[in-house]
Amino acid sequence: MDRRYNRMLKRSHYIALGAVALLTLILLNLPSHTTARLKLAVGSLFLPLFGLANSSDQLANKAGDAITTRSELLKENDSLRRQNDELRLEAMQAQDTVRENARLRQMIGWQQTKPWKLKLGKIVLRDPANWWRTVQLDLGSRDGLRENLAVLTTDGLVGRVSAVGLTRSTVVLIGDSNCKVAAEVIDTRDTGVIGATDPLDNSLVALGFLSKNAKLTPGQTVMTSGLGGIFPAGIPIGKIADSRPVEYGLYTEARVKLAANLSSLDEVWVLFP
Amino acid sequence: MNTLNSILILFVAFLAVFCESAFNGLRNLLGAQIDLLPALMVYAGLSAGLPTITLVAVSGGLFLDSLSANPLGITIFPLFLVGFFIYTQRDLILRDQLFAQTVLGLSASAFVPAITLLLLLTGGHAPSLSWVSVWQWIVMSVGGMAATPALFLLFDWFDRTFSYRSSHEASSFRPDREIRRSRR
Repeated sequence: MDRRYNRMLKRSHYIALGAVALLTLILLNLPSHTTARLKLAVGSLFLPLFGLANSSDQLANKAGDAITTRSELLKENDSLRRQNDELRLEAMQAQDTVRENARLRQMIGWQQTKPWKLKLGKIVLRDPANWWRTVQLDLGSRDGLRENLAVLTTDGLVGRVSAVGLTRSTVVLIGDSNCKVAAEVIDTRDTGVIGATDPLDNSLVALGFLSKNAKLTPGQTVMTSGLGGIFPAGIPIGKIADSRPVEYGLYTEARVKLAANLSSLDEVWVLFP
Repeated sequence: MNTLNSILILFVAFLAVFCESAFNGLRNLLGAQIDLLPALMVYAGLSAGLPTITLVAVSGGLFLDSLSANPLGITIFPLFLVGFFIYTQRDLILRDQLFAQTVLGLSASAFVPAITLLLLLTGGHAPSLSWVSVWQWIVMSVGGMAATPALFLLFDWFDRTFSYRSSHEASSFRPDREIRRSRR
């Protein structure tokens, strides 16, 4: 009797093990669009918690506002007004340059560049797994987001939109293996591809496939070149930290110090072409 | 272990995954996020039945993968393996000993990310791996080790507070030692 019970128990163990292995295999072999929908469905279970976290954040901010003294607010207001005036003057000057640029482009017959359309989003989650560099935004398809839109801060490029749900979307950050960026060193016009992060410092990324004759010096500015078809040209990425020849001297590889601080992202801009 | 306890384990798994994604204090401080699911599997493996272990592994894995760039379902199998192994060996494990809890927490928290990464690499994915990953692995293992006894304390307290205990459990009466008087 005891032996039969033990045998049945062992059989149930193997059935459970087999069932879980089968379920894993089925889930891993589902078509990508089904997996994306399933992920969104399971992820939507967390929506009440997102709401709760957002409300508590707002409450904390309100409490902080109540503590701030009137003199501090007046001081901040004064400083912001001054900054606003400076930026207005800069914008006036820039508009003049833009008009001149458009006129010259028209004279030569070049295609006109469109001004950037941006939408502000808030980072709500970071990837719980340490081996991916992704974050989730509080903007989704109902806000007009779609895959492969560039995401940036006022400092520089952050990444690209990799998956879009109705109210949330996933952004894969620069330095992840799934986010390659065509880049250009502004001073020398050398082009390359931004790849993985440095093994020891997450704020550095590798700029590969540069010409072996590239003359790079630390501090040179790196921007998107617009060649990859995803990121428009002219978004700052960072500055050259150092460079070295690779592949027996066939190419040069540089390390770029990212302009945007990816570990303390709070609000980002999504760029619509 | 009753149904209420199983529900509590599932709820803690849900909260743990959310906290791992939403709160980044430890990540910013130590450079790695701690995963609480392996520690939960240790508790489930030592205290719950096979259906609960399966449920926690499946739902915990799905929760984690849905908020991550991991392929959906890849974390389920490593989590289940931890729970299954501990479940099959639990007659040999002194569950109430702090040493046993920490060693199991350390081993499980080291095993789950390693097997998940192995599965990812086998499936042709390209996770970001570097020397920093070794540090992250150490932080995850030590964090899981520290979290395991805390989870045991939490669940045992919950069990003591809310579970029904029959009154005769404390009685010293043994039917095989009953003195029968007869007329002779």
